[in-house]
Amino acid sequence: MKDKTLNLILSEKSKRKTVIVATEINSGKQVIINETINSDINNKILIAIRNNIIHGKSEVVEIEKKKWFINISLPPLRLITVGAVHIAQPLAEVATICGYEVIIIDPRAAFGNNQRFPDIKIINDWPEVALNDLQLDNRTAVVTLTHDPKLDDSALNAALKSDVFYIGSLGSKKTHNARIQRLKIANFTDAEISKIHGPVGLSIGAKSPQEIAISIISEIISNRNNFENNEDN
Amino acid sequence: MKQFDDILNKAKLWRKKNKSVALATVISTWGSSPRPVGSQMVISEDLDIFGSVSGGCIESSVIIAAKETMKTGKPKLLKYGVSNSEAWEAGLTCGGKVQVFVEKIGDND
Repeated sequence: MKDKTLNLILSEKSKRKTVIVATEINSGKQVIINETINSDINNKILIAIRNNIIHGKSEVVEIEKKKWFINISLPPLRLITVGAVHIAQPLAEVATICGYEVIIIDPRAAFGNNQRFPDIKIINDWPEVALNDLQLDNRTAVVTLTHDPKLDDSALNAALKSDVFYIGSLGSKKTHNARIQRLKIANFTDAEISKIHGPVGLSIGAKSPQEIAISIISEIISNRNNFENNEDN
Repeated sequence: MKQFDDILNKAKLWRKKNKSVALATVISTWGSSPRPVGSQMVISEDLDIFGSVSGGCIESSVIIAAKETMKTGKPKLLKYGVSNSEAWEAGLTCGGKVQVFVEKIGDND
């Protein structure tokens, strides 16, 4: 791999773009594949890997009797939490360990600051403003943690209209029912509202902020992997 | 802020220091194997390693291959599995098979 290729992969991925690298296994010859390039090999590979692109599946394919490894590298998984509250601290840590890029949104700088969250990106703005600038794609999870409708509801509103793969909202059953009523008044359908995981997290009897953080990240992972959770598992 | 794509970023960091670097990538798996296709490990000329291509079963053998690839610039395709004659040295106890592609990072100098 040339230095140029390495730098290109990293810069494209930092822009949350999917990068496809094709490597001819015998010679080590390497090309970046994308729809804007018009070369013979690019076009042949693109046709051969149409399904791989849809499913984000890396694999060895044979093109004109040569074996190519197609490495499809998706943008990093990302967790956006609204509310720089206590639970957000262990959640940011475990999510980072699990490979998620974490962004915390909280207009209250007393909560959302790098003293409380070292090495985490913090946006001190209202969720509707902050989320508007972020790409809410299918590699992103959104979790609201404030219990405050002023903050949580606008974030849920944006998340429900986007492609995010997971939406979670902290709060008791009672809080969640009140939230559902407000979203119904805001014209969200039952099907849309049912995308919200609330009370948030897998049922592991979590009590402390740390335990709740583990239960939330576990639910996110389980959704990411399309793992069916039921009482028997 | 924390860097994502840590493995390739680590490679970039080492390259900036003008070190030789090799990249190992899992390109195919059969049956039960510890890391999925696309998993990567980088190896520097000082034999610093970052990332993984298995649960630790084949890494030392991959590092040996990486040293040679760093020297020659030639990529290598490594195959591991229980049926491998080297099973005692570097095999997968889980019974799976895995192929690892090792390449040098950097323009051949």
